[in-house]
Amino acid sequence: MYKIAIMGESDSIYGFATLGLDTFPVDNPESAQKTLRNLAENDYAVVYITENCAAGIQNEIDRYSEEKLPAIILVPGVYGNTGDGVRNVSKSVEQAVGSDIIFGGDKE
Amino acid sequence: MANKTVTATRMELTRLKRKLVTTRRGHKLLKDKRDELMRQFLSMVRDNMELRKKVEAGLAASNKNFVLAKSTMSEEAVNVAFMTPKQEVSLEVSEKNIMSVDIPVFEYKTRTSDPNDIYSYGFAFTSSDLDDAVKSLSDLLPDMLKLAETEKACQLMAAEIEKTRRRVNALEHVIIPETEAGIKMITMKLDENERSTQIRLMKVKDMLLEEAHHYSERQA
Repeated sequence: MYKIAIMGESDSIYGFATLGLDTFPVDNPESAQKTLRNLAENDYAVVYITENCAAGIQNEIDRYSEEKLPAIILVPGVYGNTGDGVRNVSKSVEQAVGSDIIFGGDKE
Repeated sequence: MANKTVTATRMELTRLKRKLVTTRRGHKLLKDKRDELMRQFLSMVRDNMELRKKVEAGLAASNKNFVLAKSTMSEEAVNVAFMTPKQEVSLEVSEKNIMSVDIPVFEYKTRTSDPNDIYSYGFAFTSSDLDDAVKSLSDLLPDMLKLAETEKACQLMAAEIEKTRRRVNALEHVIIPETEAGIKMITMKLDENERSTQIRLMKVKDMLLEEAHHYSERQA
């Protein structure tokens, strides 16, 4: 049985608690890294992480991108959308195809 | 390529020929695998992008609701409202195999089956904006899970495609030409050996005949 976690600035994530997701408020890259590692070792299949929070620990996130679990998904936080989530999708296209042939056109 | 030392023996030739056949077959299979992976990946990544845009728009809307709710309520009241969540989500993870890539499939279960049973607070002391916010988030959850599934699948497939592409290229541009060059070298070497043996035999025969019949003396 797996669980779902969401981590990021507490303002962005507190609402998810009502849905039964486990919330992990973090406010600096070091604690974010530690939390993420902890989550990955425990039974969390999906970890949502706010884009602001993810920006500081990109390396740590990339480590899990080729593992089956957990799925680490970037979501925009309350401070606005940085576009990192969309960029990640483009990045995987680039990795697979060699260049971004699908979404290259509609980048702003 | 050709400067790699190959022993020019028939055994080596057979070995190389066999290797070439296997390599060609492997190359063809891997190429097919890559093409099919790519086809599936492209359609999946389109879904991924659509879902992501939907989720991001939904989250932006619900974040707005939360900010509104917070503006009309005190920090403590909000914290108290969310202190004990009523709902609990657990995931069942199974696997799906697409072209030898194991992709996780999530199935989520909520503790209570009633989708409206999400409000962990009494309605008396909270603003209605909070209800809207919670509702919009809960409506978004299935899409968010779908997004997690698709995005993970895309990441895994992208990695697999990259690996397969490298293998295909290595076979096509290194291994196959190398083997072909090796085969060519051995064949030429063996042919050369055969010719020189032939010539040697002819010479020996000439010498033997000369010894037996003394042609050159008779001609003189």
